[in-house]
Amino acid sequence: MSLVARSLGAAGLIGSAARGTISIPHIDYLSILPELIMLGGAVLMLAASSLVRARMSPATATGWAVTTAGAALVASLVQWYEVGAHGPKVTVAGAVAFDGFSVLVTVLVSSATLVALLATHGWLGREQVHGPEMPVLMMVSATGAMLMGAANDLIVVFLGLEILSIALYVLAAFDHRREASGEAALKYFILGAFSSAVFVYGIAFVYGATGTSNIPQIADFLARNVLLHQGLLLAGLALLLVGFCFKIAAVPFHMWTPDVYQGSPSPVTGFMAAVAKIGGFAALLRVFVSSFGLLRADWQPAIWVIAAVTLLFGAVVALVQRDIKRMLAYSSINHAGFVLLGLEAATARGVSASLYYLFAYAFMALGSFAVVTFVGGQGDSRHDLGSYRGLGHRHPWLAASFTVLLLSQAGIPFTTGFLAKLSVVEAAASAHSVPLAAIAMVSAVVAAFFYLGVVRLMWSPAPAGSEIPAPVTASVTASAGGGEVAPAADAVSDPGGDPAGASDLPGDLGAAPSPVPAAAAIAIAICVGVTVVFGIVPAPLLDFAHKATLLIG
Amino acid sequence: MSSTPVFPFLTTLVLLPAGGALAAALVPRSLSERTERLVVQAIGLVTTLATLALAIAVTIRFKVGDGGYQMTSRHAWAGALGISWHLGVDGISLFLVLMTAVLFPVALTGGAVRRNPRSFVAWMLLLEAGCLGSFLSLDVILFFVFFDLTLVPIYFVITGWGFERRGHAATKFFLYTFLGSAFMLVAMVALAVIHQRQTGVFTFDLTALAHTRLSLTDQVLLFSGFTAAFAVKAPVFPFHTWSPDAYAAAPTGGAVALAAVMAKLGTYGIIRFDLTLFPRATLDLAPLLLTLGVAGIIYGAVVACAQRDLKRLVAYSSLGHLGFVVIGIFALSTDGLAGGVLQMVNHGIVIAAMFLIIGWIHERRGSWNVRELRGLQRPAPVLAAVFTVVMLAAIGLPGLNGFVGEFLILLGTFVAHRWWAVVATGGVVLSALYLLWAYQQAFHGSPDDAVKETRDLSWREGLVVAPLIVLIVLLGVYPKPVLDRITPSVNALVAHVDAATGSHQPGPAVPARPAGYGAVARPALQGGHSRRLP
Repeated sequence: MSLVARSLGAAGLIGSAARGTISIPHIDYLSILPELIMLGGAVLMLAASSLVRARMSPATATGWAVTTAGAALVASLVQWYEVGAHGPKVTVAGAVAFDGFSVLVTVLVSSATLVALLATHGWLGREQVHGPEMPVLMMVSATGAMLMGAANDLIVVFLGLEILSIALYVLAAFDHRREASGEAALKYFILGAFSSAVFVYGIAFVYGATGTSNIPQIADFLARNVLLHQGLLLAGLALLLVGFCFKIAAVPFHMWTPDVYQGSPSPVTGFMAAVAKIGGFAALLRVFVSSFGLLRADWQPAIWVIAAVTLLFGAVVALVQRDIKRMLAYSSINHAGFVLLGLEAATARGVSASLYYLFAYAFMALGSFAVVTFVGGQGDSRHDLGSYRGLGHRHPWLAASFTVLLLSQAGIPFTTGFLAKLSVVEAAASAHSVPLAAIAMVSAVVAAFFYLGVVRLMWSPAPAGSEIPAPVTASVTASAGGGEVAPAADAVSDPGGDPAGASDLPGDLGAAPSPVPAAAAIAIAICVGVTVVFGIVPAPLLDFAHKATLLIG
Repeated sequence: MSSTPVFPFLTTLVLLPAGGALAAALVPRSLSERTERLVVQAIGLVTTLATLALAIAVTIRFKVGDGGYQMTSRHAWAGALGISWHLGVDGISLFLVLMTAVLFPVALTGGAVRRNPRSFVAWMLLLEAGCLGSFLSLDVILFFVFFDLTLVPIYFVITGWGFERRGHAATKFFLYTFLGSAFMLVAMVALAVIHQRQTGVFTFDLTALAHTRLSLTDQVLLFSGFTAAFAVKAPVFPFHTWSPDAYAAAPTGGAVALAAVMAKLGTYGIIRFDLTLFPRATLDLAPLLLTLGVAGIIYGAVVACAQRDLKRLVAYSSLGHLGFVVIGIFALSTDGLAGGVLQMVNHGIVIAAMFLIIGWIHERRGSWNVRELRGLQRPAPVLAAVFTVVMLAAIGLPGLNGFVGEFLILLGTFVAHRWWAVVATGGVVLSALYLLWAYQQAFHGSPDDAVKETRDLSWREGLVVAPLIVLIVLLGVYPKPVLDRITPSVNALVAHVDAATGSHQPGPAVPARPAGYGAVARPALQGGHSRRLP
């Protein structure tokens, strides 16, 4: 605690102890408004549910949470105009930054949370999970991620990290009917706690070396002083990097990812894949580029190696997965490698490219896991790749959406996925890392193989017995451009299908397909919309990411 | 020299089929199956014919004798990433655009689509938009975007309506091409970064990047990156292994699009990007690519001789024909290049007709194996006659279009690279051998009872293939209007390569000043930008 006290004291948060008075620092409430809204909404919801006798219904819980996340999103957009008009600043005694970067992260986190909450709704209803806990935990966790983006002090980064993580540990364990969920949570908790400890240790070392934990002040210190013995600082830097790499699931600190992604309830996995990664990367980018920008010659080679290994490992290991959640977990590792490309460049362009990549990735991941959540069915258990065979015939819209999201993850043009890959490759190439860019693109080709595999399964004829046409529902009415329900007889008699894998299906697929819940359909539609619209009209989002880095504090 | 017309011809040319694809996809599902089929086929036909009309209008407006880019249109697209929507047409791309516009209505109507016509039409129209966009792009990333975009529709066309092992073939094709284009993307970005370091402007505009000064090492590396994508797409031997599988598995319409149009993206890319951006590396590596081209000709012909499956035979013959295009390009002479461009168009028309006819044979007989066909001539004389014309064009019989291109290519190559031309000529002889052989086996002989029942060409099929036959004869007899439009651009390109490398290629008179090379390119070409290497 003394460390906290000293650092806060150094920042002027606590007035001179000798006088015995504590002066409250000036707080610009607008700059932390989205965090306050998100946290306030969560606390209110929890309080309200304890005052009412009945368990809160999923509709009420989701409605409340989505409204809160929407309010946070609006607040963050207001912040964007504020930053654009008056420039960046720091607040709460220099502990919180209010700049383009933090606002972009806030926008991203609140919109991702909104989509994740919608995607969760169907799961809550299906699994008969009542009560406010799950949305509340998601909102709290999102607050942590926002705080990580806005943190201007390593201690605040740590606070954000813990707020984010502790809620996530609980969320991972939420599906108490499946053993895997508890196992995932335990694994995540133990490794997460370990990495947090490493991270705090890193903060201590850096504090020891520079005398401050404030991010700009560290940069300032390093600019003014030449350290004769860099050992302590570099050790601190390395420990911080390990802590971050764990959170963003970069190889070799990725071991928890496949198990946790697989074991956690599917909507939680989507939330985790998007929001935890945004938070981790936001803090990583700010700390490394801003605080330790001068030491880039020391950390760039490390990031180079981590990025290369992460890219290749994620893509190659995903090839052999038979479980969609594990596959997407490895694919998310591959994506993390791409985001690291922007960090490795260590330029404003790199940061902007990384932010853009995160934006694109968050919606691709959320949409994909929303589809996975639905296909998982009652009990959240059907995640074998075989479950996707013939999805295009049962749920044409759903399969078309998933196709778009997967192709975008592969980097097909006219999607945000392509532009994201292009922007990080540009950043890397302009920072003399052409070989790394080439490795990244090759890994994208490897990754395309398994994305295509799923696409192929979805549009191949469904196994006999599951050929009952989809009921006409609000969400599954019309065909997509890519395909539609083939006449059942036609699909069955189609001789060209790949017969392998047709037999590895549980018999219960023969039941008539259930409609996609409206909330999940909206979530998927938002994700596909963002992916395609900003892929065709890329300028607004690109400019947004670009301006965010110009306005870095 | 570049005229910006009031009506954005080229942008419309790209967006029209894309819009048609969207329209076909959004046809209400409440229609009966029969009505739906009619409506989407009407949408497909109207869109492709409108595109054809537009392409013809572009050809008419095209100014003969101007080697630069014409009708350019430029709009901001993803400015933050340096990409602009920059389209333009010159003599090299003009006839490829026209060919694409001619072949897509043919591809759409040529093969029977048994199920799900809506998606088929939508994908094919999207494919047309992608192909046209690739041919018209003057921004390297825009080209890449369209180049990669074409993969998606053709992937779904093959997997959705193809034949045996279609999933495997489509995935193989997708990944091969995707791998090639991954290297190309990195090379494009690296080139733009080098350009930025020299000029301070980050752009992917081809006309600007053409003035980047590059060391020989950089040129060779970047050339390799670009050529990786093009060699796979074309395909150039030995990167062709996907193509027989993909051609064999693709439905007729898909095979036409794949072999006739998409293959040209590769060879067109070599001309448009490799020659323009890396003239020095092109010159240095020309012997290697000439060798690969010749190897493709001989290998394609030899393997084709051993094929009993008509579709695979055509696939291998296509490898040989593209080998001719490659040696024409890397002869780096006006004749060779003009012949190469013409041969791309010719090959497109011939191979499209070829795939159509063997598609119809398959519809009638259910087989591509020449041994099971035997004696088709007796019940289907018109079909046999049409096949004969197409086959003779493929062999390169004087008076048909295949001859003109091959002749120009051999002429252009012979002057500079005699022995390559000599060996390549052997390929012509072999192609006569396997095609006549296949014809003999499939059409001659006495038909058995089942073959006797075979229908001849219906009037609808005749209508589809007739334009191709007309073009085959027309281009063979009177190629002058085409060559008149190709030559100025080719001259400018050869002059650009010569100026950049300091070598002088043999060939007809090259204008002293590369007038009009690059719509935006101007005196910089004469200025210090094009470094003369010792």
